[in-house]
Amino acid sequence: MITVNNLTKRYGRHSAVDDVSFTCPPGTVTGFLGPNGAGKSTTMRMICGLTTPTSGTATIGGVPYRRLSNPGRQIGVLLDASAQHGGRTGREVLSLAAFTMGVRASAVRPALERVGLDATAARRRVRRYSLGMRQRLGLAHALIGDPSVLVLDEPANGLDPEGIFWMRGLLREFADRGGTVLLSSHLLREVEAVADHLVVIGNGRIVAGGSRDELLATSGTLVRAADPAALRDLLDRAGLDAAPATDGGVVVRAPAETIGRAAAEAGLVLLELRPAGPGGLEQLFLELTR
Amino acid sequence: MRLTLVELRKLADTRAGLWLLLLIGLGSVGTAAILLGWGADEEQRFADFFAFGLLPPTVLLPILGILSMTGEWSQRTALTTFALVPARLRVIGAKVAAGAIVSVAATAATMLLSAAANLIAIAAGGDGGWHVDGSLIWQSLLTELLFVGMGMGFGAVLLNSPLAIVAYFAVPTLWGVLAESIRALRTVGEWLNIGITTEPLSTPSMTAGEYGRLTVSALVWVLLPLLLGAWRMFRKEVS
Repeated sequence: MITVNNLTKRYGRHSAVDDVSFTCPPGTVTGFLGPNGAGKSTTMRMICGLTTPTSGTATIGGVPYRRLSNPGRQIGVLLDASAQHGGRTGREVLSLAAFTMGVRASAVRPALERVGLDATAARRRVRRYSLGMRQRLGLAHALIGDPSVLVLDEPANGLDPEGIFWMRGLLREFADRGGTVLLSSHLLREVEAVADHLVVIGNGRIVAGGSRDELLATSGTLVRAADPAALRDLLDRAGLDAAPATDGGVVVRAPAETIGRAAAEAGLVLLELRPAGPGGLEQLFLELTR
Repeated sequence: MRLTLVELRKLADTRAGLWLLLLIGLGSVGTAAILLGWGADEEQRFADFFAFGLLPPTVLLPILGILSMTGEWSQRTALTTFALVPARLRVIGAKVAAGAIVSVAATAATMLLSAAANLIAIAAGGDGGWHVDGSLIWQSLLTELLFVGMGMGFGAVLLNSPLAIVAYFAVPTLWGVLAESIRALRTVGEWLNIGITTEPLSTPSMTAGEYGRLTVSALVWVLLPLLLGAWRMFRKEVS
C-alpha cells in the first residue's frame, strides 16, 4: 500500500509537484501518467525518501520510506535504469544489493534468469548493456529483496515490444499475488494495457485519477457532424469544452445525451456520437502536453 | 558492519577500483625491485624497503577514497545506494570505515612485501637488517589513514571525480607555496601545511610539538572536509 498525501515540492518559486494525493492499494497496478517534466519522477523520488518534500507525506504501508528498516525487503525501487556504475558487472550489481539487504547470494542467479539475463550478460560490465538490458537488471534489482511493493519509473523505456509484453505479464502476476505496483509512463497505451488504476499528472498537479475503466468511460464523448462548422458553433453556444480528435470528429467533455439533445434542438445531423474511450484520455493527455 | 563490508567490496569491484589496487601493489613491488637492483647495499634493509614501499599507497590510495565518495554521484549509484539505505550518514560512516580498513591492510601488506624483499636482500648480500623503530610503523599507518581520510573528505565535498582528484593534489600544494612566499602567512603555514606537518611522520619518535602541528593541520585538511562533505551528501537531493 502506497499512500501519498498532499505532496508538494517547490524549487524556488517553481512548483514541480503541487498538492499531489493518491493511494495504490495492494493487488493492483497503478499507472502514473504524465508528459515528460510533469512531476512523475519527483513524486516517485519523494515516495522513496530520496527527495525531501516541501510539504506533505508519503508512506509505504503506513510508514515513511526513510523509517523503513531494510526498505529493499519491503519495496522494490527502479527509478533510473541508467544509474548504475558502468564498471561493475550485472552480477556484481545484484550481489551488492543482495548483500546489503541480507538476501542470500544464491538468490542472484535466479533473479537474473527471471528477467532474462543469461550468464554471459551477467558477466558483462553494465557500461556495455543496452538500455533494455539495464531495465531488466534494474527490475531484477527491485525484485531481489522479494518486496510486496514495486515503484518503477518508466520501466518500459528501451525495452523491445516483446520485452514490454513480458514486463506487463510480470507486473500483472506480481499484483495478482497481492503486490502493489506503481509504474510511471509518458505513454498512455503502454500503461493502459496493464494498469487497474490511473493517476494522470500535468504540470505538477493531478488532473485525473481513478480506475482505468471508469476513467476511460468518462473521458468524454466523440461527436462527428455532417456540418463540422455548425457543430462547433453549437458547442460554443452551449459552453461545452471541445477538442478536435485525430479522425475529424471532436471530443466533448459532456455526456452523449446532453450533446444529442442540443444537436436535435438545433436540427444538426450527427454522424457519430459515442464514448470517446481511450482516444478521449489521449486527448486529455495531448492537452496536457500543450 | 555489513555496510562497511559492502563499501569495502565496492572499492574493488569496479574496473577503476581494481586497476588502482593492482597499480598500488605493482608500484610497491616496483619500489622493492628498484632498491634491490640499484640501491646501495646498506639501503637494502627492512626499514628502507618499508619506507619506500609505502610511497605508492600513500599517493594512490587517497584516489580510491575520492572515488568511493564521488562515484556514487558521477555514476549516479547514489540512487540505489540511498534507496536501500536511507540513513545516509550510515553509508558515509561505512565508507570512512572501509577507507580505514584499506589503509591498515595496505600498511600490513607493505610490511609483508618489505619482509620478503629483505629476505632476498640477505640472500643477495645486501644489508638485510630487520630493525625498524616501532613508532615508525604506526606513524606510517597514521600517514595512510590521514591521506585516505583527506581524499574522502575532498571527494565528499566536491562530489565530482576529476575535480576532487585535481583539488586533492593541487590545493594543499598551492597553499604550501602561498604560505611560504608570503611572509605574513609563514607561521600559519607551518601549522596548516599538511605536506610539511606530515613529514615528521617518516622519522622515528615524533615530538609533541610536531604532533600538535599535525593535529591542527589534520583538523583543517581531513576532519573539516569530511564533516562538510557528510553534510553535503546528507542534504543533497538524489536524482
